[in-house]
Amino acid sequence: MKITRAQVERVAQLARLALSKEELDSLTSEMDAILGYVDKLNELDTDNIVPTAHAVPMENAFRDDVARQSLSTEEALQNAPAASDGCFLVPKIIE
Amino acid sequence: MLSKYEVVIGLEVHAQLTTNTKIFCNCSTTFGNEPNSQTCPVCLGLPGALPVLNKKVVEYAVRTGLATECSIAPRSLFARKNYFYPDLPKGYQISQFELPICEHGRLEIDTKDGKKTIGITRIHMEEDAGKLLHDSDAGSRVDLNRACTPLMEIVSEPDMSSADEAIAYLKKLHQIIVYLGVCDGNLEEGSFRCDANVSIRPWGQKELGTRAELKNINSFRFIKQAIDYEVERQADILEEGGRVVQETRLFDTDSGTSRSMRSKEEAHDYRYFPDPDLVPLLVSEEWIEQARLELPELPEAKIERFVKEYDIPHYDAEVLAAERTNADYYDALVKLHGNGKLCSNWVMGEVQRALNENGLKISDCPVTPQLLAGMLKRIDDNTISGKIAKKVFDAMWKSGKDSDTIIEEQGLKQVTDLSAIEPLVDEVIAANPGQVAEYRGGKEKLMGFFVGQIMKASKGKANPATLNELLKKKLAGE
Ligand SMILES: [Zn+2]
Repeated sequence: MKITRAQVERVAQLARLALSKEELDSLTSEMDAILGYVDKLNELDTDNIVPTAHAVPMENAFRDDVARQSLSTEEALQNAPAASDGCFLVPKIIE
Repeated sequence: MLSKYEVVIGLEVHAQLTTNTKIFCNCSTTFGNEPNSQTCPVCLGLPGALPVLNKKVVEYAVRTGLATECSIAPRSLFARKNYFYPDLPKGYQISQFELPICEHGRLEIDTKDGKKTIGITRIHMEEDAGKLLHDSDAGSRVDLNRACTPLMEIVSEPDMSSADEAIAYLKKLHQIIVYLGVCDGNLEEGSFRCDANVSIRPWGQKELGTRAELKNINSFRFIKQAIDYEVERQADILEEGGRVVQETRLFDTDSGTSRSMRSKEEAHDYRYFPDPDLVPLLVSEEWIEQARLELPELPEAKIERFVKEYDIPHYDAEVLAAERTNADYYDALVKLHGNGKLCSNWVMGEVQRALNENGLKISDCPVTPQLLAGMLKRIDDNTISGKIAKKVFDAMWKSGKDSDTIIEEQGLKQVTDLSAIEPLVDEVIAANPGQVAEYRGGKEKLMGFFVGQIMKASKGKANPATLNELLKKKLAGE
């Protein structure tokens, strides 16, 4: 096994995913298969190959530092499950 | 007890850049507007929105890297730092991880034992999070105006060994980035924020001790307090045979103590990976050279030049160069007038006094270098005395008129003519026979009294040299 069920649980927890027992089982074996494939790729000699950071052969996409009209507060908040006084409202955060 | 341990401090500074727009979208970065009035699909993290890098952010980071002797990466990448918090709309922060734009720099600071070099590990670009407001009972409110505003994170090596060194480093860094014009340096508004990593170890021990991270301290004074408190806290733990735990601590400025923030082990598992929305950033050799040419003169170089070219004491040069606007004013003044020391006396003296009294910055000084230089020339050619000059200065400040006009209008021209001064001298001598007798009896200190009386009679306009000479002769009975 390349990955344990506990590791999958942890990754799910980090991603805030609530997985059922069945989902955990199937994901563990699926991820195990994926990592097995990655192992296969690792057999290749990549010493002289630059790691791919991006799938598109492109670089330096820039924008000028010029301000444009933003959304109105109403527009910005229109998808918010809860809003209050021009702000998104979330459960109380205590630090 | 403290001397048993060596203190090791590394600092992370988050500097907000003074661009017009955010790092990945065209929303304005202006501070202090209505909540959520500066957002768009990109900085709200709406599905399908694509971030595009603000070129100015790169220019500012390169500039900062060059000024701190970093090497600039020819190729750098943006990465996603994944964590969940309500002020972070996308569930990740776009930052740089493996290939930051600047690395391996340094900064020289002054310590009580002389110069010390502090290494700069890296400088990277990233977006800021939004702001949480805890003023409502219904829950916490989120303002995303600040989300996606450009930050530069400047990470030092753990090279500082006292709170004083940490402050010296921060002040130096602050001065440089404000000089460079990349950050406004406003600590209260959070444009310059500092996290300190503090650990201690017995002298001679090679391995670093376990460190605590002190978060978001926003004044130089509090940074010193927070570090000093942390060093003592850790020393107490070690003395009692305990173990320091790695954690993030929040300094409470009211009590002068710190407390652990709920240690969320998992929060440190950020699962960085290259952001597929952003293409690699290439900075060419030409770009770097161009940026190097455009670097402004930095404080060190300015101080040296002021001392050498303008022939002023090192102390003066340091005071004048502390802020760029101040230095620019002085520079312009000397170029117009020529006498470095006279100019520095005025900028550090009258100009500073008037600015303080009126709560103004030198960039808003109503007496421009042109006006001031014009007046100083009138001191040089004996039109006015140094004393009257202060009066003229105040009048220029209030009216914005030039010194010649004011001298003319108020009749402040200095009197050097003997025939005009002589009657005043005679008058004062005649009116004070007692003091004259005392003076002649050996009480020469009274000279000042006579000068004062005559100056008053002349409304301050008598030329001091002429007056002194004449008065001495008269009192000696010549
Ligand atoms: Zn935006």
